[in-house]
Amino acid sequence: MATKNWPLWEVFVRSKNGLEHRHFGSLHAADAEMALENARDVYTRRNEGVSIWVVESKHITASNPEHNGELFEPAQDKVYRHPTFYDLPDEVKHM
Amino acid sequence: MSEEQIKNLEAQFEERIARDEKIEPKDWMPEKYRQTHIRQMSQHAHSEIVGMLPEGNWITRAPSLRRKVALLAKVQDEAGHGLYLYSATETLGVSRDELYEQLHSGKAKYSSIFNYPTVTWADMGAIGWLVDGAAIINQVPLCSTSFGPYARAMVRVCKEESFHQRQGYEIMIKLANGTPEQKAMAQDALNRWWWPSLMMLGPTDAESIHTEQSMKWKLKRKSNDELRQQFIDQTVPQADLIGLTIPDPDLKWNEERQSYDFGDINWDEFWQVVKGHGPCNKERMKARVGAWERGEWVRDAAMAYAEKQQERREKQAV
Repeated sequence: MATKNWPLWEVFVRSKNGLEHRHFGSLHAADAEMALENARDVYTRRNEGVSIWVVESKHITASNPEHNGELFEPAQDKVYRHPTFYDLPDEVKHM
Repeated sequence: MSEEQIKNLEAQFEERIARDEKIEPKDWMPEKYRQTHIRQMSQHAHSEIVGMLPEGNWITRAPSLRRKVALLAKVQDEAGHGLYLYSATETLGVSRDELYEQLHSGKAKYSSIFNYPTVTWADMGAIGWLVDGAAIINQVPLCSTSFGPYARAMVRVCKEESFHQRQGYEIMIKLANGTPEQKAMAQDALNRWWWPSLMMLGPTDAESIHTEQSMKWKLKRKSNDELRQQFIDQTVPQADLIGLTIPDPDLKWNEERQSYDFGDINWDEFWQVVKGHGPCNKERMKARVGAWERGEWVRDAAMAYAEKQQERREKQAV
């Protein structure tokens, strides 16, 4: 009888310096060290990365898509946050 | 939620997919969508995992270092593909343990092609060339399927898979150009793997129960018969090129259709294998379940070690 299942970890990989870490997928591992080693084998067999982050999935708090309206819609009518909202005289070529 | 509300949500959901929007794990989805995806994605994952067994059989006996590193890398990729797909399936709220349990109890299926034996080295060539060839035809359309995690996993799978087919074809080329015995071995492998590879693309359209729904959800872009025709049309010239003969006396180029006509597939054999009566069904499950059970103490020990380390860290922090 198995005592306990290995927890789930999320894997983030930086594909090269200068780029951000991006979510690549997830895997199971007993601890952080094993999660890193497994991530290396599962997600970077062809030089896909130069740096790996792992975080136990239970530590991630995610927004609920049902709340997308109240979270993200208010930004839609704030056109004044974009440069094209402002009038410029034709003479000004670059700003 | 009232029935009316659910109907509304379902209609909106179908519209989103029709607009090519992706569905992500936390989005609302019809229960049938969730269940269909758990079934198909886990079957796909199981196929990758069981698919390692027929090839693992030949790693220690690969005829050269070139062949050995290629086969090792291919089998390792299959483990990786199984893991991408299991973790994508888990986003739908099913645990890895439940998925394994379904495989080990026989409740979940895997591709029936892996229930055939690999009796000669040429089988490694035929599997890469034909089985992976058919798999690629099946998988490429899934890169744009509607469920985000599945589509993303498939993009990675497809990128890695094309070397699998090439290394298989290279084995066949080498054998076909070798001694008469080597050529005969290649022909024999083609004879045994040809028909099961055609079956791998699924039952005929008339018999396929899930096609319509799967098309709507973009789990399928073309019907099984269309995919099969595509596979035959692309593979026959590759056999001709290396002087091997497709084991089908009815195979003939049809000028009008610009496609090959082909003979009847023995669907009785297909259903027998699906139902568990193929040559290796029992052996495959025994190997898989055995590996899982023999690994249990290792999994437990790793967990116990992790917990001990964690406790020690917490104590030091106090």
